[in-house]
Amino acid sequence: MADVRTASVGQVEPRIAGHDEAWGPRPRRIFSRRNIVLYGALVIVSLYYLMPLYVMIVTSLKTMPEIRLGNVFAPPVEITFEPWVKAWSTACTGLNCDGLSRGFWNSVRITIPSVIISIAIASVNGYALANWRFKGGNTFFTILIVGAFIPYQVMIYPIVIILREMGVYGTLTGLIIVHTIFGMPINTLLFRNYFSSLPEELFKAARVDGAGFWGIYFRIMLPMSLPIFVVSMIIQVTGIWNDFLFGVVYTKPDTYPMTVQLNNIVNSVQGVKEYNVNMAATILTGLVPLVIYFISGKLFVRGIAAGAVKG
Amino acid sequence: MPTEATRRPNTLFRNLNAKIASLPMILTALVVFVGGTIWTITYSFTNSRLLPRLNFIGLDQYERLWSTPRWIASIQNLVIYGSLSLIFSLLIGFVLAALLDQKIRFENTFRSIILYPFALSFIVTGLVWQWLLNPDFGVQHLVRTLGWESFTFNPLYDQSIVIYGILIAGLWQGTGLVMCLMLAGLRGIDEDIWKAARVDGIPMWKTYIFIVIPMMRPVFVTTLVIIASGIVRIYDLVVAQTSGGPGHASEVPAKYVYDYMFAAQNLGQGFAASTMMLLTVAIVVVPWAYLEFGGRRRHG
Repeated sequence: MADVRTASVGQVEPRIAGHDEAWGPRPRRIFSRRNIVLYGALVIVSLYYLMPLYVMIVTSLKTMPEIRLGNVFAPPVEITFEPWVKAWSTACTGLNCDGLSRGFWNSVRITIPSVIISIAIASVNGYALANWRFKGGNTFFTILIVGAFIPYQVMIYPIVIILREMGVYGTLTGLIIVHTIFGMPINTLLFRNYFSSLPEELFKAARVDGAGFWGIYFRIMLPMSLPIFVVSMIIQVTGIWNDFLFGVVYTKPDTYPMTVQLNNIVNSVQGVKEYNVNMAATILTGLVPLVIYFISGKLFVRGIAAGAVKG
Repeated sequence: MPTEATRRPNTLFRNLNAKIASLPMILTALVVFVGGTIWTITYSFTNSRLLPRLNFIGLDQYERLWSTPRWIASIQNLVIYGSLSLIFSLLIGFVLAALLDQKIRFENTFRSIILYPFALSFIVTGLVWQWLLNPDFGVQHLVRTLGWESFTFNPLYDQSIVIYGILIAGLWQGTGLVMCLMLAGLRGIDEDIWKAARVDGIPMWKTYIFIVIPMMRPVFVTTLVIIASGIVRIYDLVVAQTSGGPGHASEVPAKYVYDYMFAAQNLGQGFAASTMMLLTVAIVVVPWAYLEFGGRRRHG
């Protein structure tokens, strides 16, 4: 799309200027004033956005005496990995002193089932909404989408009661149910829009051949919708990994996810503050979503754009 | 009517699989979203403390809520943070998108760098900025060691400006998203518009302000709704960065709700406060949903 604009602008301009023999895009000087301002601005902005990440990494590699002496932006004189080890295995929250590792594994145990269950439900649901329209289906869907805007605080306590009645309040199972519920609006929307965009003839042909609801889903829709599964997975993994509120409400200290434990480690009032350990812990917690973000690249962007702009 | 009765078993079992597949959605929509909301609103009129009890006391909880200084501070913070966050994230997001839309090299690199904070949690964001804004080690310390001895920039320990410290962190985390939405909107503008504006000799900035931005109205509206409903929910960022302090200077409504429900054992207050949050969101979302979904029904 961008090429079209360059090409056509190049064609229009020479004609206005009267150079009929000049074709093709007008060559641009690399160091034009426009480019210097443009790239200069972008580089400065990028540096600003990268600065906290840089400071996190640098701080986590310094020793405490060095932190007390120098400034936060200075690179470490003497690189030490001790803060990382300590953050992972011996940092204290309250009485427990087994570091962030417990929170990490809790988060893994929460994220994997939550992602699988929520995507399975949302994809089947989106498929039903797109291809097997039934009476009332759209009404419930509208409630679901509008419900996504209700502040979580309104529904927190009723869910506590529901989970308590089910006997799963305070357990990982309870938290997984909560993540499935609150991941449903965006993911159902994503899958419904995707399945609606597939040609209907495909569905009709399968129907004529005698395939049923699940047959069409597993044999035709599922293999065709891998990209949207990846997008949905990115949204869910980062969303669930980064969650704090549900973790703190629906789990107990033993099953706290990583974000909650991180906050407890860094913001604990007792003891001397160890900034290097804190920053190592912070990076460790941010590592999973960051890795997913940098691996997925354009799909991540597609996920948030699809979730937001299409409405 | 008789025909309706004979047809009924037919319609109920038609698409039975689809209905079974939609059962989680139906339950979520009805039980959690509708049921939970009605439940909370109902109990906000009671004097529930440790346990929810149906002992109605009218609007007492709301009266108490609006006479609590901490709640007033929360609302003030939300208004300041919310309006500034809206303005700046739209402004910065749009300018960055416009810069990236100039057919530049390394567009993907720049975009990845500006968007990556969005992948991080609010907890991580809050903790990083808590460290950067630390008066003894962070930005203030750095500028002082560079020679400007009297330089003061200590938002996290100054009651009057603490909310701006949170705003800085919030903008760092969230502008990337706005930029991406705006960029998608800019890419949706027809190339002919740009050509026509160029032929007519309209300067670029004028084309943006008078032609492109009005054309991107739907994108702006959607972005506005997304940012606004996120702002009302702001919680983790404050918890991580300041824990609501110093004093109650950076309290926000969501934190008020949590503290009253789960720490102060005053459920009624928590319910009343969360109902007020719902009302705030409704003021933003209902007109939008009405326009968006009401208008779309015509297309089928």
